[in-house]
Amino acid sequence: MKPVEVKNVNFAYEKDRVLEDINFSLNKDDFLAIIGPNGGGKSTLLKLILGIIKPSSGEIKIFGKSPEKNYLKLGYVPQDTNINKSFPIKVMDVVLQGRLGLSKKFWGFGKEDRKICLEALEKVGAEAYKDKRIGDLSGGQRQRVFIARALATDADILVLDEPTASIDSKGQISLYATLKELNKDKCIITVSHDVNVVLGFVKKVAYVNKSIYIHDSPAQNKSEILKDFSLSDDHVCPVELMVNEQMCLHQESKK
Amino acid sequence: MIDLLSYPFMQNAFISAFLVSICAGIVGSLIVVNRMVFLAGGVAHSSYGGIGLAIYFGLLPLLGATLFATLIALIIAFLSYKNKERIDPIMGAMWAFGMAVGIIFTDLTPGYNVDLMSYLFGSIISVSKNDLYIMFIFDMAIFLLVSFYHKELLALSFDSEFAKLRGIKVKFLYYLLVIMISFSVIVTIRAVGLILVIALMSIPAYIAEGFSSSIYKMMLYSFLLTLLFTIVGLLLSYYFDISSGATIILTATLIFFIYSIVKTAK
Repeated sequence: MKPVEVKNVNFAYEKDRVLEDINFSLNKDDFLAIIGPNGGGKSTLLKLILGIIKPSSGEIKIFGKSPEKNYLKLGYVPQDTNINKSFPIKVMDVVLQGRLGLSKKFWGFGKEDRKICLEALEKVGAEAYKDKRIGDLSGGQRQRVFIARALATDADILVLDEPTASIDSKGQISLYATLKELNKDKCIITVSHDVNVVLGFVKKVAYVNKSIYIHDSPAQNKSEILKDFSLSDDHVCPVELMVNEQMCLHQESKK
Repeated sequence: MIDLLSYPFMQNAFISAFLVSICAGIVGSLIVVNRMVFLAGGVAHSSYGGIGLAIYFGLLPLLGATLFATLIALIIAFLSYKNKERIDPIMGAMWAFGMAVGIIFTDLTPGYNVDLMSYLFGSIISVSKNDLYIMFIFDMAIFLLVSFYHKELLALSFDSEFAKLRGIKVKFLYYLLVIMISFSVIVTIRAVGLILVIALMSIPAYIAEGFSSSIYKMMLYSFLLTLLFTIVGLLLSYYFDISSGATIILTATLIFFIYSIVKTAK
């Protein structure tokens, strides 16, 4: 059974058609980046997959069931900007929220939950700040914590909403490298703005602008995807793309 | 200090300071982290409608305030749940509506009711035994509800979207939170009055937030701060023979200004 199946999906806010005739499916080992212009429907598609909103027509299946029924299979990583940074909470307690509904303990969380959360933090390289307050971390560190929280849910699919929006190029690359590692046993879907960086790491790219176009093996078709993208999206800066490319090459040569 | 405690009204005042601090600590923290201070203010003010109605029909004012505040809180939750950004005009309307109902019904009640002022500005030294029982019951209700749902309330407050996607009943919890806000308004109203409730529900929690590493510590510290403010305010008002509710709030706001200036200057 496929982790994600999207069939003939249409979506409209009031009368505005946002998405038209969306069809695609993902395998267990897929790593998909959803790219496209602002207002093109990236976030809407993500919300549909998560079951936050329902399609106007067509259907979405998560392991054969509707997202509302199979929500525990989805590990969601929100945008950093949606988080209240003055909230008094330690990193460990954020990650423990991933155990909601799964913990064997009725009241509070148990040792086993803490162990799972610590392992999740280790996987994303964030165990060092487990006792820090969430607001004291940098954007990139916080994003790792949210990924750890999604891992702690033991979900089979990770769904990320612009995970690198507030991170510099170097941090972006290191974060995508971590995701690539996690992709060994998780299906990953990420909305992304950092087209050029993401192309070096993902297995599929979905270009969404009302309709969807899936590129397989993005690393080979890089120039084609970028051409698509720069035609439609006026905020892609060629200099930024070039700098990112150099960063990627630099990072790879170090390995 | 010791001879002060020999007066029964002072004993009641100290007990009510303690009871007020419990709900200001717990619910005040939840109000601050959820950015619902304005909602708390609206519920507090609209409860005046319930007091006016109760006086008109010859019922217990605190009972009237309880029912009315809870009803208004539920209406606000219903109207604002789907669209929290549009909560301001709803709150404004409810705030004024409750006050207007209160004023009209006290107008219609024959004879001028002096006691009414104590609901507006509070009078911690005139808290009766019955008031204490009511305050205690609502404090217990708040304490038990928050203990029972602590994981879920924390998840809702920190990241409601994630909580929802993990199957937490966020809508139910939002309603519960709003009802608890109306409960804590009832507990605090006798001490500082409905006009000043908003200060005790926000200032101690705001200060506590700055040096707490968890929401439970924040609740404990804001409980202690509220206790400090109310007792210092109570003693000052006694020695200088000035209005207790206003003195308590002045104590709290003064510390709040000092804290904010020091924090900003850092």
